[in-house]
Amino acid sequence: MNALSLHGLSKVYDNGVEALKGIDLQVEQGDFFALLGPNGAGKTTAIGIVTSLINKTAGSVEIFGHDLDRETEKAKSCIGLVPQEVNFNQFEKVFEILTNQAGFYGLPLKLASKRAESHLRDLQLWDKRDEIARNLSGGMKRRLMIARALVHRPPLLILDEPTAGVDIEIRRSMWEFMRKINSEGTTIILTTHYLEEAESLCRNIAIIDAGTIIEHDRMSRLLRRLSMETFVLDVERALPEVVSIDGYVTRRVDSHTLEVDKPQDRNVNEIFELLSKKGIRAGSMRNKASRLEELFMNMVDNKMTERQ
Amino acid sequence: MINRNHVVALQTIVAREFRRVRRIWIQTIVPPAITMTLYFIIFGNLIGKRIGEMDGFTYMQFIAPGLIMMSIISNSYGNVVSSFFGSRFGKYVEEMLVSPMPNYIMLIGYMAGGLIRGVTVGILVALIALFFTDLRLEHPWIMLSIVALTSMVFSLAGFVNAIYAKNFDGISIIPTFVLTPLTYLGGVFYSISLLPEFWQTVSRANPILYMVNAFRYGILGVSDIQIQTAYIIIIAFVIGLFIFNLHLLRRGVGLRP
Repeated sequence: MNALSLHGLSKVYDNGVEALKGIDLQVEQGDFFALLGPNGAGKTTAIGIVTSLINKTAGSVEIFGHDLDRETEKAKSCIGLVPQEVNFNQFEKVFEILTNQAGFYGLPLKLASKRAESHLRDLQLWDKRDEIARNLSGGMKRRLMIARALVHRPPLLILDEPTAGVDIEIRRSMWEFMRKINSEGTTIILTTHYLEEAESLCRNIAIIDAGTIIEHDRMSRLLRRLSMETFVLDVERALPEVVSIDGYVTRRVDSHTLEVDKPQDRNVNEIFELLSKKGIRAGSMRNKASRLEELFMNMVDNKMTERQ
Repeated sequence: MINRNHVVALQTIVAREFRRVRRIWIQTIVPPAITMTLYFIIFGNLIGKRIGEMDGFTYMQFIAPGLIMMSIISNSYGNVVSSFFGSRFGKYVEEMLVSPMPNYIMLIGYMAGGLIRGVTVGILVALIALFFTDLRLEHPWIMLSIVALTSMVFSLAGFVNAIYAKNFDGISIIPTFVLTPLTYLGGVFYSISLLPEFWQTVSRANPILYMVNAFRYGILGVSDIQIQTAYIIIIAFVIGLFIFNLHLLRRGVGLRP
């Protein structure tokens, strides 16, 4: 069963901006799905329509088989949303924010309190339960919104840039938490500007640009399409002024750093062999950018060129 | 069809509104108490003694029901307009919009919040009035029903204002330029029988006149208007504003682009 199905979804705002141009999208139950796109591509509009925060112009939305227009309550009960911007009452206490949200979904206070405690503990916010929300740090506010989105145990969780602006330690712990709830059966749709995050977490991906879906595939299959990867090598001894390796484009960044562009049909062992022959030993190697980032930039650039 | 989930959602909004009124009691409860005490002292006591009787009652007795009703009107309206606009401004209205709660439950919840604050302030002002004068209760059920219905009308009107307001100025324009003049001209301080015929007719176009007079009838047993007419007008406003608000919520005016 599909957790989410969009059919011909379009949106034209009052100012005439066509944010979505009849998109079709399916997300399978249990998936960890990345919805990516540059700023203004239509991601937030699509999420807004699915979560009833934006009126659609045309098309339909089904959530676990429930049509959002005809079976509104059933469809909405299946979704939890972590929005991009903080959208809780900053003057309420942390615990109250969760129990209120549970109440809006019809959970009695006793059950809501139990769930709120469980999620606040999971997200390391239990000791802040009586704190006024505006006193929380940015990372805590993000985690509070995740706890709030989960309080009614939705089978579909939509995370719109959940880790924006949080430090790396909290980001990693949030990744672990998202992996855990996904492994327990929650379908997750993630939008993010950290493509490393999407590459690491998601199994399927759609890329949206200028209101249309330009790519929809398995992450692994998509990454295989990357024609060129750039590796950064930290070398042990100072490099000569000019470094050339047959069949590869290289750039000397500084005396101990070398960039090598690797076409998809070559392998990294060959790079090491060729460098060894020249007496260059690499101490470490990393991707210059995440593979998804390179692919993403290629696709978006190509689309932009086509439009021009 | 109301189900158990809807009842829980409604209780949640009402409890949240109640906590809000309690949390900011210095803004919600204290100012009307101080203002009305001053009205009683200045208009009722100092000036009222020189005015003499009105409709067979001391001036203090005559204006007390009007002042109570004025508090109920402004506080019911003020509660809903500030609370709902605050939820739009702070974006936490989205907590309700994403939930499966039907629009009418949200509307009833906010209306109940306005009713709670309006009635609380009304009771407080009535207690203050008792320090200055005796108040009989000629028709308690009429008084209670008019309080509830009037509070509903202005809670719903506050909701409309909160939906259309684009900034904080937008939530103060209507109370300042519409509500206050209509209340002052709605027979709070005088009987419209004192006015020339033309102005009596004009006054009858003011819905607040019917609310103030029906409430005064509930307490003192005197009124410038027919009580049945007052009920018809007030109930029509409740129904009309409720339907209009539901229409705005369904279309997402001010809420969903």
